[in-house]
Amino acid sequence: MRRLGRWVVAAVVLLLGRGQRPRELPPPEPVVGGAAPAPKAELLVIGLLILSAAFAVAFVVVYAGGADTQLLGLALGLCFALLAVASVVTAFRLAPPEEAEEPYPEPSHPTEIAEVEQIVVESGRHLTRGKLLGLAAGGAGTALGLALLAPVASLGPVFDTSRLRREPWRRGVRLVDAEGRVLRAEDIELDTLHTAFPEGADPENLASPIVVVRLEPVRLDLPPDRSNWAPAGILAYSKICTHAGCAVSLYRAPHYEPTRPRPALVCPCHYSTFDPATGGTVIFGPAGRPLPQLPLAVGPEGELIALGGFSGAVGPSWSGVRE
Amino acid sequence: MRRSVLVVALLALFLPKLGAAESGPNLYLQHCVSCHGRGGAGVPPGGKNFGPPLQGVGAQAADFYLTTGYMPLQEADQEPVRKSSPFSEDEIRSLVEYIGSFGGPRVPQPDPERGSAGEGLRLFTENCAGCHQVAAQGGLVVGGTAPSLADSTPTQIAEAVRVGPYLMPRFTTKQLDERQVDSIIRYVQVAQDPDDRGGWGLGHLGPIPEGLVAWLLAGGALVGVAVLIGARAP
Repeated sequence: MRRLGRWVVAAVVLLLGRGQRPRELPPPEPVVGGAAPAPKAELLVIGLLILSAAFAVAFVVVYAGGADTQLLGLALGLCFALLAVASVVTAFRLAPPEEAEEPYPEPSHPTEIAEVEQIVVESGRHLTRGKLLGLAAGGAGTALGLALLAPVASLGPVFDTSRLRREPWRRGVRLVDAEGRVLRAEDIELDTLHTAFPEGADPENLASPIVVVRLEPVRLDLPPDRSNWAPAGILAYSKICTHAGCAVSLYRAPHYEPTRPRPALVCPCHYSTFDPATGGTVIFGPAGRPLPQLPLAVGPEGELIALGGFSGAVGPSWSGVRE
Repeated sequence: MRRSVLVVALLALFLPKLGAAESGPNLYLQHCVSCHGRGGAGVPPGGKNFGPPLQGVGAQAADFYLTTGYMPLQEADQEPVRKSSPFSEDEIRSLVEYIGSFGGPRVPQPDPERGSAGEGLRLFTENCAGCHQVAAQGGLVVGGTAPSLADSTPTQIAEAVRVGPYLMPRFTTKQLDERQVDSIIRYVQVAQDPDDRGGWGLGHLGPIPEGLVAWLLAGGALVGVAVLIGARAP
């Protein structure tokens, strides 16, 4: 109860004292020896800070316009370098020299704190363009902050994630190779790995590239609902690893099986290993879910066509993708 | 007189070798038949010695496995590695001829001069670099290793592309035609003897060691600058 009373008194005092200027004290003795104004150095520092801010803005502009990594590095590097030069010039030319034999004691007493404040204020007194300098420093800091925050946009769409799930494969789409030639079932031989794309679709789309392999039909062990997905033992899987999105470009194709591990699709980045015979299940490595399988069929002229979309989400796993 | 002594001495040097150079079938019976069976019929797994049939693999695969020293193997389930072959060149030639007589593709005749190193780089990146690394220095596959191509001859590369030895997939002529294989070989030749601008290849391991060295050098320079600007005024 007494505590509450103290709080009330403190609040009243604060309210009444609000807006009143502290009593003027007689100007204290100057502590810092008068430093000569150095307007040229100030101008130099201001110019450097503004240039630094300009390069930070250039970083954002390059990032927004396609992000050439070398230009990005150059912009950010120059921004930091100019900031560093500005700091060095400030230290040598603008900050008044002061010799201290011992480190400052921890400011504990109010008068000591006041003295430090006084030193800071007096150090700035010889600046002729203090405000402009402050503005330039603030501008450089803000621009640098913006430049460092801008790449957050690369983390992906926040509001509409449906375009991450769009895929070009649907029933009847023919498989073509990188040169656009239609892949036929007879092209896919045992122990070979083919990369294929949907005919007429953008090959750059994450869901476009697939790997096509052929296994002997007797060794297939697909889930029951995929029994007709692999005509003559020909299987298609997304080429994008479900771990970190690298291209699954390794095919472990044993030349002589009794002494070798069984066939597997392997991602060269972190060695996630998928079993093509069982529907792309993970048999080794960091991937958390199977490679999405594409149901295949053989068309009337022996060409390979898709029977529908993938068995799961294509690409690296992210929030909400479990299948 | 003296000349005839010399001739006899030379003959004495060469005769044992001539005598040791046996015919393909004899060599096969001595060194290969225990795992690959009579007439290349293969030996099914079950016992200590077993191996795949050689009928249909052709001179192409035989030449690859023998010139690289992959065969003969000590144990049937070993991973074959490149070593110097216990057979002489003549012996390899007669063995290859004998195994080729079981039927199958002939030894390819690549001509890297016909290929382009630029196209080879693209094809190598797409088809080979996943395992062999873009610098052709070899790497890992789960369950085995991908060998370095530093000592591979053009013929061996052309053979390996078609044969798919050990865990490697093979490539049909529809996937990579002969001219494309020539380009790949041309690129591998460049990678075997790279032109290191700057003089420091750092093992051709790529951007990670390069970045590491850059960081170390730049870090040293930064420390130097920090010492310089942080020096106390005299």
